[in-house]
Amino acid sequence: MHADPKGVLTGVHFIDGDHAACEGALAAGCRFVAGYPITPSTEIVERFAHRIPKVGGVFIQMEDELAASIAIQGAVWGGQKVMNVTSGPGLSLMMEHLGYAFITETPCVWIDVQRCGPSTGMPTGPAQHDMMQVKWGSHGDFQIIALCPNSPQECFDFTIRAFNMAETWRVPVFLMMDEVVGHMTERVDIPEASEIEVVERKWTKKKPGEYKVYETTPEDPVPEMVKAGDGYRIHVTGLTHNEKGYPDMTVPNQERMLGRLIGKITQNAHKLVDVREDGVEGADVVVVSYGITSRVAMAAVEQARAKGAKVGSARLVIAWPFPAERMKEIARTAKVFVVPEMNMGQMVQEVERAVAGAAKVVSVPHAGGSVHEVDTILNAIMEAAR
Amino acid sequence: MSLLMDQSAEELECGMDNPVLPFLRKDRIPHIWCPGCGIGTTVNSFCRALGDSGMDLDKIAIVSGIGCTGRTAGYLNLDSFHTTHGRAIPFATGLKLANPDLKVVVYSGDGDLTAIGGNHFMHAARRNMDIMVVCINNFTYGMTGGQVAPTTPLGPTQTTMPFGNFESSFNLPFLADACGAVYVARWTVYHVRQLAKAMKEGLQKKGFVFIEAMAPCPTLYSRRNRLGDGVDQVKYFKERSTIKNGVDTKDVGLTYQGDIVVGKFVDRDRPTWMDSMNDHFGKVLGDKYETYGAHHG
Repeated sequence: MHADPKGVLTGVHFIDGDHAACEGALAAGCRFVAGYPITPSTEIVERFAHRIPKVGGVFIQMEDELAASIAIQGAVWGGQKVMNVTSGPGLSLMMEHLGYAFITETPCVWIDVQRCGPSTGMPTGPAQHDMMQVKWGSHGDFQIIALCPNSPQECFDFTIRAFNMAETWRVPVFLMMDEVVGHMTERVDIPEASEIEVVERKWTKKKPGEYKVYETTPEDPVPEMVKAGDGYRIHVTGLTHNEKGYPDMTVPNQERMLGRLIGKITQNAHKLVDVREDGVEGADVVVVSYGITSRVAMAAVEQARAKGAKVGSARLVIAWPFPAERMKEIARTAKVFVVPEMNMGQMVQEVERAVAGAAKVVSVPHAGGSVHEVDTILNAIMEAAR
Repeated sequence: MSLLMDQSAEELECGMDNPVLPFLRKDRIPHIWCPGCGIGTTVNSFCRALGDSGMDLDKIAIVSGIGCTGRTAGYLNLDSFHTTHGRAIPFATGLKLANPDLKVVVYSGDGDLTAIGGNHFMHAARRNMDIMVVCINNFTYGMTGGQVAPTTPLGPTQTTMPFGNFESSFNLPFLADACGAVYVARWTVYHVRQLAKAMKEGLQKKGFVFIEAMAPCPTLYSRRNRLGDGVDQVKYFKERSTIKNGVDTKDVGLTYQGDIVVGKFVDRDRPTWMDSMNDHFGKVLGDKYETYGAHHG
């Protein structure tokens, strides 16, 4: 279906990534946000608070991130599309509710505008410090999807995509922004509502009595949904549960439930991965990057090519699930992977794991606070190409 | 209670004319609560309140946190949500605001609502969020084995207060009143009819409703402190309770096995969070604002 025109600010705008992400959410049909201010994400909820009264919906500023990250989930079961907006310290507080959203299959979008950690770190300094936290930070096994925009336009586009993926797979979907993308102002084109594809919630057509809240089929591992108040008398719990949503804490049921929940993503990873490649075929060196770092990396790749190096770029538009199969394929021809990141080396571990010794993998870490110098990445490429 | 524990749902057919059964998920019986526990008694009162209210049960949702009382949501035949520890109130806030059609009830324990969830409790009352909060106060953490709670009075032994509790406790009605609740009542599991009536009034009241129900925890609180079994605690509730409707909530604090003040302490009206939002936006935005939730019943 197409976007509701009420939430779509069609036109050409000159706005930053935070504002663009908010517009993406409104275009995707997000009508409820429970927020808590934190630099450098606050502008997203500020804009939402300003826009939503005229669009039709609710913004509420909660007392803390614990409340925000669960109030949005209550709102999902009340029938709304929602997003959760934060940065590092807030994300740490929200981790329990990441697991709750996963086990209860509550579709929701989480926007993390990353800043330097650990702890309070550098609140206005960009970083890509949370890449592993979103993958592993909540206790227990779970799966998420994570998109990495590198421009305000992509903050708009990918937020819509994140909402659509959340409704399709019923997992938390992350938009992994950073302070630079969040506060960088560029042109953002917002199309007509009729040109924006929006995935509607997977509402059941079954009647009360026929419907089970977590019933699935071997062909379709994603259950149909209802909302509270429609007469289905559902039960939702964070305990290990059966198809009826009732607690069923047995070893076989734990295996059945968690197997399906994890399998929704792992067995469909091939449909989800998104790597944007440039000159990878025949390259000796392949630079793997994501988010704002992919723009800096591309400048380095072009300069290296000008110096005669055979360099390709593989940009992770989706970092989770990680495109391990594609990395393995690239390792058949490439000799070295160069992985610049605004952290001390996180996704590089996934590259190493996928490549498994078939090629050399070089980490180009950056503690954060600014993007890489182009020369830092260029030097790593030229060293690798020697 | 012990009979319930030993029998399957099928074997309970003989009790199927029990007036509260229509409000329960029969396929979830037997419940997990200990013999002599007071939580089931409060659920009985709540079921009677549901029936007496005449409200459409499809439009009532129940939200619990974690703990013994936190299991209540799972036994009621309503849209029911068993959430995370301490977070029932913010979950309920999101549920209510997303679907204003619903009457949302939070049903949880003293530790869940007033320790880990204390911040949310205060802020939901301050906002006058339109939810009804039922707090089953058994003065201890039951599910984890009897640790000190913010409601434990001075004196009794708890596993984490092995030499007796030396921390001051909350006076919950006073807290709710001070934060802005529009309806505040306290009853005990001895007062089943009064409790059911308070719950019915609470279901029909608009705004932040707080009902404290004192309940025995014979397994952990009473036994550890040699207070007898569940019945002995109910006798204590009966003998030492005085009904004082409308009394100042600052005077209803509890002491260890001391006098108990019960009653309806607060019943007032002020705009809910959503009404305030709608009124305010209507004033400042005029025609550009469409009242939120107006299409709902």
